[in-house]
Amino acid sequence: MIICIIGFIDVQVQDILRERFCRQQLPDRLEGVEAQHKHLLELLKRTAVHGESNSVLIVGPRGAGKTMLLKCVLRDLLEEKEAQKNLLQVHLNGLLQTDDRIALKEITRQLHLENVVGDKVFGSFAENLAFLLEALKKGDRSSSRPVLFVLDEFDLFAHHKNQTLLYNLFDVSQSAQAPVAVVGITCRLDVLELLEKRVKSRFSHRQIHLLSNPTFPQYLERVRTQLSLPDRFPDQEFCQDWNDGVETLCEDKSVQDVLQKHFNSSKDFHLLSSFILSPASLFPLIYPFFSTSSSISSSSSSPGVTPLLLLPADLLEASRLCFTDSKANMLHGLSILELCLIIAMKHLNDVYEGEPFNLQMVHNEFKKFLQRKSNSMYNFEQPVIMKAFEHLQQLELIRPVDSTAAKTQREYQLMRLMLDHSQIMEALQKYPQCPTDVKQWAMSAFG
Amino acid sequence: MKYSSRLRVRRVYRWCEEPLSFNRKLKTHEYRSLAISVEGLPRTTVIKTGQHILIEGDDEDNPYVAKVVKLFSDESGTQKKAVVQWFARVSEVPLSKLKLLGREPHPQEIFYYEGRSCDDEVNAESILRPVQVKHLDGAAPFPDSVDKDTLYVKLSWDSKTFRAVDSALVEQDRPPCPKPSLPPSPPCSPLAAAPGSRGPSRRALPTPDLAVLRRALSGEVRRGRATMSAGKAGAAEAESLHSATKLSASKCLSAKRRDASARTPGVRKKLELSGPDNKSMICDDVLSQLLDDELESEVTFAQRMSSSPPQATPLTHSLTPLRKAHRAPAAEGAFPLKPAAIVLSKSSLSEMSPPSAARDDSSRELLDKSPQRGDVTEAGLPNGSVKTPRRRNGTPRRNYLTSGQKATTPSRKKEPKTLKEPALGVLAEVDNENSPMLPVATTPRSSKRKSAQLVSSRIRKQLNLLENQQDLNSDGEDEDEFVPSKKELQSSSEDDEDEAALESDEEVVLKKGRHAASGPRTPRSKQKTRSSTRTPRKTPNKKITPGTPRTPHRATPSIPSRSLPARQPANVLEEARTRLHVSSVPESLPCREQEFQDIYSFVESKIVDGTGGCMYISGVPGTGKTATVHEVMRCLQHAADVDEIPPFHFIEINGMKMTDPHQAYVQILQKLTGQKATADHAAALLEKRFSNPAPRKETTVLLVDELDLLWTRKQNVMYNLFDWPTRRHARLVVLTIANTMDLPERIMINRVASRLGLTRMSFQPYSFKQLQQIIMSRLNKVKAFEEDALQLVSRKVAALSGDARRCLDICRRATEICEHSAAKPSATGLVGMSHVMEVLNEMFSSSYITAIKCASVQEQLFLRAVIAEFRRLGLEEATFQQVFVQHQALCRVEGLQPISVSEGLAVCQRLGACRLLLLEPSRLGVLQRVRLNVSQDDVLFALKAD
Repeated sequence: MIICIIGFIDVQVQDILRERFCRQQLPDRLEGVEAQHKHLLELLKRTAVHGESNSVLIVGPRGAGKTMLLKCVLRDLLEEKEAQKNLLQVHLNGLLQTDDRIALKEITRQLHLENVVGDKVFGSFAENLAFLLEALKKGDRSSSRPVLFVLDEFDLFAHHKNQTLLYNLFDVSQSAQAPVAVVGITCRLDVLELLEKRVKSRFSHRQIHLLSNPTFPQYLERVRTQLSLPDRFPDQEFCQDWNDGVETLCEDKSVQDVLQKHFNSSKDFHLLSSFILSPASLFPLIYPFFSTSSSISSSSSSPGVTPLLLLPADLLEASRLCFTDSKANMLHGLSILELCLIIAMKHLNDVYEGEPFNLQMVHNEFKKFLQRKSNSMYNFEQPVIMKAFEHLQQLELIRPVDSTAAKTQREYQLMRLMLDHSQIMEALQKYPQCPTDVKQWAMSAFG
Repeated sequence: MKYSSRLRVRRVYRWCEEPLSFNRKLKTHEYRSLAISVEGLPRTTVIKTGQHILIEGDDEDNPYVAKVVKLFSDESGTQKKAVVQWFARVSEVPLSKLKLLGREPHPQEIFYYEGRSCDDEVNAESILRPVQVKHLDGAAPFPDSVDKDTLYVKLSWDSKTFRAVDSALVEQDRPPCPKPSLPPSPPCSPLAAAPGSRGPSRRALPTPDLAVLRRALSGEVRRGRATMSAGKAGAAEAESLHSATKLSASKCLSAKRRDASARTPGVRKKLELSGPDNKSMICDDVLSQLLDDELESEVTFAQRMSSSPPQATPLTHSLTPLRKAHRAPAAEGAFPLKPAAIVLSKSSLSEMSPPSAARDDSSRELLDKSPQRGDVTEAGLPNGSVKTPRRRNGTPRRNYLTSGQKATTPSRKKEPKTLKEPALGVLAEVDNENSPMLPVATTPRSSKRKSAQLVSSRIRKQLNLLENQQDLNSDGEDEDEFVPSKKELQSSSEDDEDEAALESDEEVVLKKGRHAASGPRTPRSKQKTRSSTRTPRKTPNKKITPGTPRTPHRATPSIPSRSLPARQPANVLEEARTRLHVSSVPESLPCREQEFQDIYSFVESKIVDGTGGCMYISGVPGTGKTATVHEVMRCLQHAADVDEIPPFHFIEINGMKMTDPHQAYVQILQKLTGQKATADHAAALLEKRFSNPAPRKETTVLLVDELDLLWTRKQNVMYNLFDWPTRRHARLVVLTIANTMDLPERIMINRVASRLGLTRMSFQPYSFKQLQQIIMSRLNKVKAFEEDALQLVSRKVAALSGDARRCLDICRRATEICEHSAAKPSATGLVGMSHVMEVLNEMFSSSYITAIKCASVQEQLFLRAVIAEFRRLGLEEATFQQVFVQHQALCRVEGLQPISVSEGLAVCQRLGACRLLLLEPSRLGVLQRVRLNVSQDDVLFALKAD
């Protein structure tokens, strides 16, 4: 019975957290960017209500909340009836609409213009452009509905041929045609330099910079609010317990250390979300098995409810996963021979100061090691070594200096090592049953 | 339908019989019929005068339709010619004008062509074959005939409006009337006196046709209008002979506009309202027409008098003078040859005002026109004898002139106005407002010499057109104004009966305002009484009133319209913001007068001469190139609308608004003819169009914006664009716009650059004074900015780029900031220096430093590592691996846990995404090279400031 109820709660908690971390649920109130919010809201409101054409760029590093800002503004804008009834929206993304032709079709589709003239839309690129321009030209400030163009990854649109789309959008926004608001979202600070001079002249040069600088306490607070359950949660008692648990979690020293490390690395809230997501998604799995047992370390006073909490250990584990070096991980799966080759390459790099090498050189280095040890355990045929070398290339641990060197024999093709020394040493430490002499060889200063 | 106009079919043309007559002066033989036989076929087609024919044109599928008026040949008989009356096919009517039709045109429909821009003398060898043309009544439906060779005429088309057409004009196979007794001067048949007569007929004034005139005046308005327009054509030509004055007028225009902009907008409006020009033009025509057939007109005027009710007291006054007015000019033989005189006298005639004044005018040459006219009318008015003192003071000369009549001058239309129905109150108000302003605006000029006066009247005309962008509908009404008698009728009838039904359309009100303003010369009471007796006349007019629903020619895409109306600006700052938006079309373009004038005179001279040419306009973005050309076109279009210059066709293409340079052909063709074609086909069609002589062709003005985008490797698009104007029959003027001054030298190969010619113009970036003036003129007395703030903006922009758009954008943003800060108690409500500074910071300051300050600890460390590595290497470039070693060391120094390589790469990528660092593609991993996108000093500064 208890399990049943808790299982129900469990699902609800999961829903709430997933909503936050995966679907980017909008916060009720933006923090730290009120001025920008107001600026953008006013601007779009003027387009929607007064029919004034505008163009604006939202610039900020990744994860600074650019899209969230826009979404919040749109949400607030559409609460107004006047704006809601009038505004047409077109959302484009530079990663999806990779050229103007696709972008034009998408605009036409989103404006529902394709129904107007039937098959016309599916004509050539030129016709599409003429069609859309004509449509926009038909309108005027007072009578036609304002159109909001949102260009995500704005910088990519600047790479389109002649910047035709941008020129025309900005031109419409600067002439007495249908009212439009062009909102570009980009993380590039130098985006204006990408614009062609004519396009640049037509852009209004409004930029909204989202360069927030949260302190660590703010960061911690953010984590707390992200994990806390809302007051409207049905089971008040559980909610209280849960929130208390989150509180203690955030005060935990090890947890704070982990979070500090993340904070130092990046202030990106996207990364934070994905980091918290993994421990948060763990707990319901643990729950059914451990709900009644007291094996869960920290709090065991009331076994029915408390195990639902996130544990510092989970967070530490998640953090470890986050910070592990991917290349070093790959090294764990190599054979001893391949590892030896890597070590030989490392020595070559040391000797020749990062100059490229070829298979023959690596083989020689390896042979020197074998001679010194005078042990035949690692005696391999040339073709086997060749095979191992190719495997390393496939794993992209090494890469050819120039890809066009297909003419040269494989043994003599110049290669570079794609690993840092620290990565190799770290991998050697963790490599299961690594022979001591190999380790020593790696550690020794001279080949 | 395909007509066998292919070249491989050879036709043989010969005269059927002996010449009908011989014109000694022109040395031409006239014939009645022409036989056409196709080689190899026994059949022979005979073309007679009065028959409808097809004439070879650009378009093989749609040859021109015309009616033969005369057939003749030169003395030797080798050159076979024909004088024709043209009909316009649906496809020949511009799409924009086709909307005036108010319905879908029938594919077989043609229009009786009354325009005057084309030669009606064609080579007989271009005649293809006869065709069946039927006249249909206006309301009659088109018969569902499958006969592709029958065409239908319902309306006439004079390149501006459609009108009903008289069946007599179209009538098929009318027996040719070979009155040999008539002098064989070109248009000898009665048909020639009809509106179509032009070309030769213009030179030798049309022979009087009693029937036509009588019909015109006996209530058949349609017809009446037609005759009038014929006369108009003649007069217009007289004008064009004096194109020199016109050119100078255009020169003065810009100066005048400067004046105008200095004045309050109110004055400008008034000026426009009082502009007498439209009307005077017509009256001119009327007069010359009248002079031609003195006798008839006398009769008709008499008829007119008699038809007006005798109880109208004013009529008795005007009756006597009128006759005199007639005889007086008739007595002076040279009168019609003096256009200047005509211009003056016509004004008096148009109101049928006292003749003495008219005579005075003609003998005295030019005098202050507008005031005088007013007085003259007043003279005819019996009511009131109080003179308006203002006017008298203003123009002493006028007083002297008309002092005799002045004694009876009434106090202008005010009294009649008050008698009017309430609905007219608005108009009356306009009028009252108007009258005091009029002398203010005109008197200074009246003291100048006559040429100055003429020019000033022209300027006023130009000003009008600046203000009222003629929309299609109003054309119809304008046309009405051309015919004085009818106009009076119309206005009065509208006043009387249609008041209730009057649309609240602003346009109409404006129109009426103009009527009222120009109308006061004739007292309304008089009109009213007269019109009441002639109600039938009014009916045809109705058709052209703007009430006709506009049905789009074809379904065109458009953005759906708003469900709620756009809100209007509520306060001063919002008002200012609206005015400062780049899109708001300014009333005039300050600081570009010289350029305006140069382009204007260039294009105008080409249009008037019917030749072609190229012009290259360069300038950095935001210096008003396109705006200036558009304004020139607006002015010219208006000049064409009032028949000052021949009509022309303006089309515009933009290199940026097409996907491929070759699309230029497609767009030009579509805008010229409405045809759709592939690029290659369009190029061929255009080539044909511009290289072949076509009898009916208007000058085309082509604006090519962003010319550099039309560059192709072989440059054939540019080559063609510049080559066409040089063709003999092209009549094409090409204006090209691009950013760089040396574009022709830089990207064009010699043969292209050579064809572009040397007519170049360069728009300099605006200086700060000019920018200031631009903002001031846009704000137009809306007090929203402090003086210093404006100066700061304009100086800043002038120093940076001289881009007017930037300037306006900054001002707009400043108003916003001002609005936000308005809540503070210190705010004055005006945009001040602080606001402008804030905007400038926002727009021009680089955000790199802030971005670095906001970066995370590891990112900042990485930047420091980059700089450390650069210093160590002595290069501005390092691989990630090298930097990472530094980074690890720095981490230890800072007491942070060293990060892994993956983590380090992530940090590096994040910096690269913001473009603080420039990176190679990330697949190179640790080998990718790293460069700074900011100066090292900036980075250090930003990091130190922490």
